[in-house]
Amino acid sequence: MTGTMDSDIAATVHEKAERIAAGGGSKPRPARDPVNTAMINNWVEAMGDDNPVYTDPEFAASSVHGGLVAPPAMAQVWTMNGLHGQRAEDDPLGAMMAALDEAGFTSVVATNSEQTYHRYLSPGEHVSASTELDGVVGPKRTALGEGFFVTTRTSWLVGDEVVAEMTFKVLKFRPAGSDDGTAGDAGAAPWQGPSGRVVDASERAAGVLRPVISADTEFFWAGTRVGELRIQRWGDTLRHPPGPVDPGGSMEATPDYVVAAGHGTVYSYVVHHNPPVPGKQLPFVVALVELDEGVRVLGELIDADPGEVSIGMPVRAVFLRVDEELTLPAWEVAR
Amino acid sequence: MTGTSTVSASQVSIGTELPQLRIEVTPTFVISTALATRDFQDVHHDRDLAQQRGSKDIFLNILTDTGLVQRFVTDWAGPEALVRSVNIRLGVPCYAHDTLTFSGRVAERVEVDGEQRFVIEVSGQSSLGEHVAGTVQIALPEVTT
Repeated sequence: MTGTMDSDIAATVHEKAERIAAGGGSKPRPARDPVNTAMINNWVEAMGDDNPVYTDPEFAASSVHGGLVAPPAMAQVWTMNGLHGQRAEDDPLGAMMAALDEAGFTSVVATNSEQTYHRYLSPGEHVSASTELDGVVGPKRTALGEGFFVTTRTSWLVGDEVVAEMTFKVLKFRPAGSDDGTAGDAGAAPWQGPSGRVVDASERAAGVLRPVISADTEFFWAGTRVGELRIQRWGDTLRHPPGPVDPGGSMEATPDYVVAAGHGTVYSYVVHHNPPVPGKQLPFVVALVELDEGVRVLGELIDADPGEVSIGMPVRAVFLRVDEELTLPAWEVAR
Repeated sequence: MTGTSTVSASQVSIGTELPQLRIEVTPTFVISTALATRDFQDVHHDRDLAQQRGSKDIFLNILTDTGLVQRFVTDWAGPEALVRSVNIRLGVPCYAHDTLTFSGRVAERVEVDGEQRFVIEVSGQSSLGEHVAGTVQIALPEVTT
């Protein structure tokens, strides 16, 4: 690959950006909690902000506000997705990030945050947030690498009233030097991911067949890149491979996922002797593994003598990092 | 320290320097502010993962930068200064074990929607350089409160 961007890639990115922008703002998504003094107290303690209008009811009552208020800079805090939260499905920033991931611009850094506060918020008020894609500029050469600047606009609402707004800009880029894999590569293997080790697959995976990644499976492949074996979840039901519709039949349901611990046992397996397969050394073992979480996941069982493999054998997940875009899930014998 | 009295508009002149604010960016500070802003990205609380992603250490998140810039200005202006906007540009990361020093000055007086405001220019420097720079708009009472 050369350092010059294919103009087709840029055209595709701009086309997707236009489509996403034309979709308008996301449906206002309510904050988990109303504006509340507990979260305000945690915030001012952590920031070291001792402004009494946030915490001293008497002082606040006699102040210009007439009562306790939240720090304006907390506007965004109320609607953060939280520890297990997911982006809203119609979040245009998420859609644009996925489109740029697909085009090979896999790294991200925020560059600007501009927040305007139309009024102060009081405990008990419940805000919602809606985000729209403002624009995508690029490709630009930057110190970090070639990339696109993506600008979104978020509005925070109480009812129909816009109480705060933010323009947020990120640079989504291909790290400088990543074309030849020598520098700027934050994901250098091996390292321990949440579901298993991530190891460099370069030698064993030359020419490996690449999966077709769809909107339904993008989360799974984004997970393998960071050492997470992500299993789709519909309500309480885990489903693998992931699919587009709730197994219960509901058309309203949307999935999220859990991160598997990466432990399981061999449910079934085959030893592949012939014909040759690109990126694989013969013979190799493909195992259907039943995870401790209950679903079964296919993958190559690496570094195993075919003769030693048996049904019920404990295995653990390992991730074969092929390149910046692709990391394949696999298994190794738990010894 | 905010105190209980607020600077009045007549006391402020263009070019006034704000008292500096030094923040010791301990790992505890990075983590407690990340969690208080409900930002659970691992680079703000897990050094091993932050390093695997190419960072030197865990580092401050953006919502905390916004909060600190606001605090820096209201620490000087007082509790009844009304914060109307916080615009920041992000520079080098601010890693745990660094010191972040905010400085700022009153840059101009503007009228927005019939309200008199002051624009405060702010810069936050860490050992690696400028971590954050930006402007804050505030409205101040006409008389000292």
